[in-house]
Amino acid sequence: MPVEHYVALSAILFTIGGVGFLVRRNVLVTLMSIEIMLNAVNLALVAFNRKGAYMEGGNHTGQVFAFFIIAAEAAEVAVGLAIVLSLFRIRRTVRSDEADLLKN
Amino acid sequence: MSPFGVAYFYFCALIAVLGAVGTVAAKNPIRGAMGLLAMIVAIAGLFLALHAQFLAAIQLIVYAGAIVVLFLFVIMLLGPSASTPSDQRGRIARAIGGGLFGAVGVAAIALLYMAAPKEKAPLLTSVVGDFGSVDAFGRIIFSEALAPFELSSALLMVAIVGAVAVARGRHKSDGPLHESSPAEALAHGKGLKDPVAPPTRGALEGKESGT
Repeated sequence: MPVEHYVALSAILFTIGGVGFLVRRNVLVTLMSIEIMLNAVNLALVAFNRKGAYMEGGNHTGQVFAFFIIAAEAAEVAVGLAIVLSLFRIRRTVRSDEADLLKN
Repeated sequence: MSPFGVAYFYFCALIAVLGAVGTVAAKNPIRGAMGLLAMIVAIAGLFLALHAQFLAAIQLIVYAGAIVVLFLFVIMLLGPSASTPSDQRGRIARAIGGGLFGAVGVAAIALLYMAAPKEKAPLLTSVVGDFGSVDAFGRIIFSEALAPFELSSALLMVAIVGAVAVARGRHKSDGPLHESSPAEALAHGKGLKDPVAPPTRGALEGKESGT
């Protein structure tokens, strides 16, 4: 497939994730939407990397970037879910608009 | 490209989009996690088609094996209260917000197609050398990208320690921090809306140490 198809799919997935991030109030779903967006970015990186593989001396830079994004995302999810648990302990809710502990 | 390759791409793309929509639209977070799992597996399939075997394996191991399981674990730990009842904003506000963002996405895709070169792009059929093999990828990781690789291990370590520190909460044995902890004050005061909520951890431990 041409690389444009992969990038279009990546844009569609990123849009879905962005809509979910903005529209949903459940913190867990918000975190999942961030996952969708980062996966879309990974797909675009790997597709562009594949496009460069025709040329002599094509490198793996896009794949290496995707690898580090996966590592960073694992860390982000661990901390994010810990914060969700902490919020649930304090407020007994997972709604993001009730997380106003820093308001006053 | 063979018709099989085209069909493979569209199959994986369809599953990925359906999974993403399911994740965002699901009322029950567990269904959302299942949609996320479908999208992750589909993207791993696309990585395979892009000659990124190592990334496909990592995608399955890290995302499907660890992150989705972590999500499910937290959702089941929270129980029924993990699903928020309903959105308090009006239907119109939600439609405007989602519609605006969707319009921006559609415009971005349209711009992408307009900016694409007019001549037919080469089909992704052949690669040069050992591109995409685990061998070549590992060579890059452990030579050119060695410093970021080691730093990412430090990042994961810090994230684990931070997650434990945040999720553990404060104990009575922690000393002066307890009196000034806003978390405990909220938990004992107005924060607890549920009358049948179990007692907090600090209260339980106080009883145990008293006997």
